[in-house]
Amino acid sequence: MSGYQDKIKETAKRLLKEGSVEMVIGFRKGTLPMMNEPCFIRRPEDVHQLVWDSNCGINLANYLTDRKEKIAIVAKGCDSRNIVTHIIENKIKREKLHIIGVPCQGMVDKRKVAALCAGDIENVTEDGDVLTVTCQGAEKKLSRKEMLQENCTLCIHRNPVLFDELVGEPVAEQTGIDRFAEVRRIEAMESQEKWQYFEDLLAPCVRCYACRNACPLCYCPTCFVDESKPQWVGKSQNPIDIRTFHFLRAYHCAGRCTDCGACERACPMGIKVRQFTSKLNKDVLEMFGWEAGMTLEQRPPLDTYKPNDPNDFIK
Amino acid sequence: MNLMEHMGIEPGRLQFSWISSAESTKFVEVVKDVTSSVKALGPNTTYKKQAVKVA
Ligand code: SF4
Ligand code: SF4
Repeated sequence: MSGYQDKIKETAKRLLKEGSVEMVIGFRKGTLPMMNEPCFIRRPEDVHQLVWDSNCGINLANYLTDRKEKIAIVAKGCDSRNIVTHIIENKIKREKLHIIGVPCQGMVDKRKVAALCAGDIENVTEDGDVLTVTCQGAEKKLSRKEMLQENCTLCIHRNPVLFDELVGEPVAEQTGIDRFAEVRRIEAMESQEKWQYFEDLLAPCVRCYACRNACPLCYCPTCFVDESKPQWVGKSQNPIDIRTFHFLRAYHCAGRCTDCGACERACPMGIKVRQFTSKLNKDVLEMFGWEAGMTLEQRPPLDTYKPNDPNDFIK
Repeated sequence: MNLMEHMGIEPGRLQFSWISSAESTKFVEVVKDVTSSVKALGPNTTYKKQAVKVA
C-alpha cells in the first residue's frame, strides 16, 4: 500500500510537470483519522499531500462531472467503473482523462473500527493486515481484513477496468463470493415483514442527502428531491416521504450502480442504504446479465431496447 | 416493480399494463382484474401518507 502512495505521488508529479494534465484528483489526509478527503492538486510542488491507504473509500469519479480541463484521477476498481459510466453518459470525455489505476484490497469501515473502541480514536496506522488504533492513549491491534466495508468484502472487481497506468501489479480478485445473500434474505420475507424491515432501516434517516451527494451517479443539476415546481416528493421527515426519496434514488441508479459503497460510507446515521441498490444490482444482473461500468463498448440495458427484454411484469 | 415488492408492497397491488386505444376489450379485462386483485388484498395500510399533524 505504501508503495502505491509513492507511485501515485511520482506519477502526479510527472504528469503535472510535463503539463499533460492540469489537475490531479486524489486523496489527502483528512482532519480526523480514517477520513481521507478528496484533493485537487494543480502544482507539482503540492503532490506531497497525496496519500493512499485503507481510508480512501470515497468515490472520486464524483468530482469529474462536466469538467473541461485535462485531469489525472486516482481510481480504484469501483471508481474506474464509475468513470466508465460517466464516459458513456457523456459526463466526461475519455480523452480528457489520465486514469491512474490502483489495484484495491478493500477499504476500512470506520464504523466497524469505532464500534470496537471506547471513546475517540486519535490515530490509526496500518501495516499489511494489521491496523493499529490509538484510542484514549491505548493502542489496539485489529485485522484490516475483518474491518473492511461490507461492499468491499463482496467486491469482485478490485482491479481497475479502465486505466492509463497502474500503480502496482493487479491483485487477485475474490472468488466464490455470495454477493446477494442479504438481498435473498429479504426476498424470502413476507410483504409485511419486508415493509417493517425497511421502516426500521430508514427510521434514523435525517434526509441530509449525503448518500446522494457522495454518489457519482447523482449529477442532475437539480435533484428531484430539491425541486419544488412540481414537487415530486414531500420534503418532511414523514416516513413515507423518506421512503419515497430512498426508493426513487435507488431507481435512478438502476443498471448504473457499481456498489462502490460511497453512499453508505457517507451516511452520518450509518444507514445501510445499499439495501435498495443491491436489489436492483441483483435484478439487472439476472435479467440482463449486466454489471455497471465494465465496458465502453456496450450501452447499458436501461437505455437500449431489445425485442427479448424481459417484460413479464407488463400484462 | 421488483424493488417496490422488495420493500414490502404486496404483490398484486402495483400492476403494469400496455393497452392500445383500440383494445377496448383488453382494457375492460385489465380493469376487472386489477380491481378484483386489489379488493382481495384489502385497503393499503403501508404505503400511505397520514395527514400532516399540525402542532
Ligand atoms: S448508489 Fe451508492 S454504491 Fe451505487 S454507485 Fe452510488 S454511491 Fe456507489
Ligand atoms: S445519508 Fe443517511 S441520513 Fe442522510 S439522507 Fe442518506 S440515508 Fe438519510
